This record gives sequence, C-alpha cells and structure tokens, in this order.
Amino acid sequence: MSAAALKAVCNAPWVFHCSTGSCNNCDIEVLDCLCPRFDVERFGMLLAGSVKQADVLLVTGSCNRKSAARLKRLYEQIPKPCLVVAIGECAMSRGIFIESYNCPVPLDHIIPVDLYIPGCPPKPEAVLAGIVRLVGRVTAKGDRAP
Amino acid sequence: MEHGQHAFHSDLRLFLSALIGLAASGLDRVVTARVQYRTGPPLAQPFRDLVKLRHKETLIPDGAAPAVFLGAPLVGLAGVTVAGSILWSAIFLPGDGDLGDLIVVLYLLTLPSLAIMLGGFASANPLASLGGAREMKLLLACELPFLIALLVPVIHAGYEIRLGAILSAQAEGGAVAVHLSGALALVVGVLWMQAKLGLVPFDLAEAETEIGGGALIDYGGPPLAVYRLSHAMLLAVAPLFLMALFLGGAPPTLVGFAGGLVKFAAIIALSTVIRNTNPRLRIDQALRLFWGPITALAVAAVLLALGGW
Ligand code: SF4
Repeated sequence: MSAAALKAVCNAPWVFHCSTGSCNNCDIEVLDCLCPRFDVERFGMLLAGSVKQADVLLVTGSCNRKSAARLKRLYEQIPKPCLVVAIGECAMSRGIFIESYNCPVPLDHIIPVDLYIPGCPPKPEAVLAGIVRLVGRVTAKGDRAP
Repeated sequence: MEHGQHAFHSDLRLFLSALIGLAASGLDRVVTARVQYRTGPPLAQPFRDLVKLRHKETLIPDGAAPAVFLGAPLVGLAGVTVAGSILWSAIFLPGDGDLGDLIVVLYLLTLPSLAIMLGGFASANPLASLGGAREMKLLLACELPFLIALLVPVIHAGYEIRLGAILSAQAEGGAVAVHLSGALALVVGVLWMQAKLGLVPFDLAEAETEIGGGALIDYGGPPLAVYRLSHAMLLAVAPLFLMALFLGGAPPTLVGFAGGLVKFAAIIALSTVIRNTNPRLRIDQALRLFWGPITALAVAAVLLALGGW
C-alpha cells in the first residue's frame, strides 16, 4: 500500500457500514455520526451506497458463524487500499458473546483491523475521535482537532 | 503562431469545463451543508475524491462485459468534453460560432446518460440494470419537453439553430428569458438540467437508499472517477447551455463576463435549492410530470413565441 494512495484515501474516506450481528445499539451510534449534528462530511467522509465505492469498512457486532463468511466476501469486494474499523466491544473482543458457541473467533481473526473503538456502545464522539485519529496517524499529521 | 494560439485555446477549453464543474460541485456541497446547519467539506473536496478514486484498485465484476464496463464511462466523458468545448467557443469566440449547432450539443449531452445506461447494463448486477432502465426512462421523459422548449430561442433568433446566431440575436434584441415565452422555456430548461444531472428530485437512477447506487453500484476506483468527473463537467456545461440559449450567454467584455458569472452562479444556486428542498420522485411520477404539465408548459412557450411574446 503506497503512502500516497493511503493519504489520498484519508482525504476522502467513504464509509460502508456492516453489522455482523450486533444488538443494534452500535449501529444507532454510527448512524448518529452521519447526521448533521456530528457532520462527518467535514472530514470528506460520505456514506457509500455500495461496498465497491467504500474506503473504510465500519464493522459492528460479534461476528458469528453465518456472518463471518459474508464479511470476508464484503472485505474482498472493497477496492484496495481500504481501512477496517471495529466499532464497539463486540467487534473488538466479542463482548458479552465471548462464551457463545456461535462466535468462535474475534473479528481480527477474520479480516485485518486497523482501528478499534471501545465502548458498549461507543458514543458518536468516540467514533469520530477514533476515525480522525486514524486518519491523522495514517497521514502522519498527528491528531487533528475535530 | 496563429495556429499555436488556437491550439492553446482549445486545450484550455477542455480543462475549463472540468475546473469550473469541480468548483461548482464543491460549492454545491458546501451550500448544502450550510442549508442543513453543518460546516460541510472543504471546497476542494470533489477534487480530492477524484484523486482518491484514481489511487484505488479497478475491480471488474464476474459476468460483466469488461470492454463495455470500462469503455462506457469514457464515452460519457468524451461527449460532455466536446459539448463543453463547442459551448465555450460559441460564447468566447462568437465569430467561430459555426463550430456546432443546438442539435449537435443536445446530441452530445445525451452521451453521459447513455454511458450510465451502458455501464449499468454491462455490470451484470440486477440493481445496476434497474438503475440503467430508470436512467433510460428519465432520458425519454425529460428530452421531450426540452426539445420543444428549445424551439423558443430558435424562433426568437429568426429560425436559426446555430449557437453563434442565437447568441448574437440575443446580443441585439435582449435575452430570450426577458420574453414571457423565454421565461417559461427556461423553467423547462432548469428542470431538464436537474434530470440530466440526476439531482433530487430526479436522482432515481442512483437512488442510494433504495438501489444502493443503482447503475453505478458496481463501479469503484478509476472508472467511478471518470463518471464523477463527467458529472462535474456536466454541472458546468448544462448551466452554460441554458445561459447560451435563454440568458444571452456571457458577451466577451468585462461587464459581460461578470454578468455571465452571476448568471452561472444563479443557475447553480437554484439547482442546489431545488435539490435540498425536494424528496425523490418515483419513475412513474417523473414520467408523468415531464410528459404532462411540463410538456404543456413547453408547448405554451412555443405558441407564445410564435405570437411574438
Ligand atoms: S458492543 Fe454493546 S452496544 Fe455494541 S453491539 Fe455489542 S452489545 Fe451492542
């Protein structure tokens, strides 16, 4: 992945949102980020209608046996370079579903993850701060004030 | 020397539509954000989007026709580029106005829609085909009243279809839109532009919330960048076409140029307001709207123009 390409992606990260079996709270917080109050378009972010147009995959929920295969397919369909963000406790470590027969492995055993945002669910501010920090780290500009 | 200068001008004309179009779409996004009490993206965001898309991988879906899938965006870009240069020369070099007439420009401006249809049908994706089919119906719907409305400037220019002649007739007798018939035809023209650009309320071919990007659902990376560039250029060329036909263009003087900028900004602002205050129509509603009241409006404008109004 060339540095120029990554920088270009961070200048206009279009996000695609995928729930792999969340309790739906994390998804609601993600939707909040996309509303006018938090205005992610300030950072050039847009919600991509199709995964082929996405640069950042936002994953919520503890990946279960059914959704793992589908998530893998989605990841393969994103034109590279792309970034993956795990949102919420479930996506990080399987959260309360850690003992479940249906959630054999955490998300980062299925696809590579670039950023983890903790919280159950994380606040929209936390999601935004995380993504801005990721963009800052990738473009080596340090943290940008939101 | 003379030849070199001319070549320089035509190169400039090719880039001019792209530059102005990208600036206009950046402005459109910022104004949209302000309407919704947001800060919005930087003005250069459409340009950044293009740079990003250029760096991404090109994916061709299984079962798609690769030649058509990759060629379609280029067809659209070529059409809007040539249409743009014809308009620029008609406006800036009025003596050169024989380069093309109304019908050539109109024909070239259907190529971007054709490109969306071809790309959608070549993607081997049911949603893309649906988007392509909607684009086709929308094209059929909006071209009919606009073709009729085009007769108004033709009649006012003394039955001339050359752009140069239409512009010089307006330079002498005042803009077409000053007449009642011209104003009505301009309304039809603005709605045509909205449909041509696929903006709300006519964004049904891309309808992200129902068919996930429609005809462009399987596009990403560089081919999508070409689509977005042609869309941005269309955002410069379509208002320019309306300006040349109904508002007297931008005469090559300082005052004329400033006036041209104001007219251009006014058309873009109007389109942004329409886009931000309307819901999306269904395809049958769009068809009924264009073939019903709007066509009636266009016919009324032509009758008024024939009556000398
Ligand atoms: S992290 Fe918490 S809020 Fe988010 S999906 Fe899991 S249980 Fe729900």
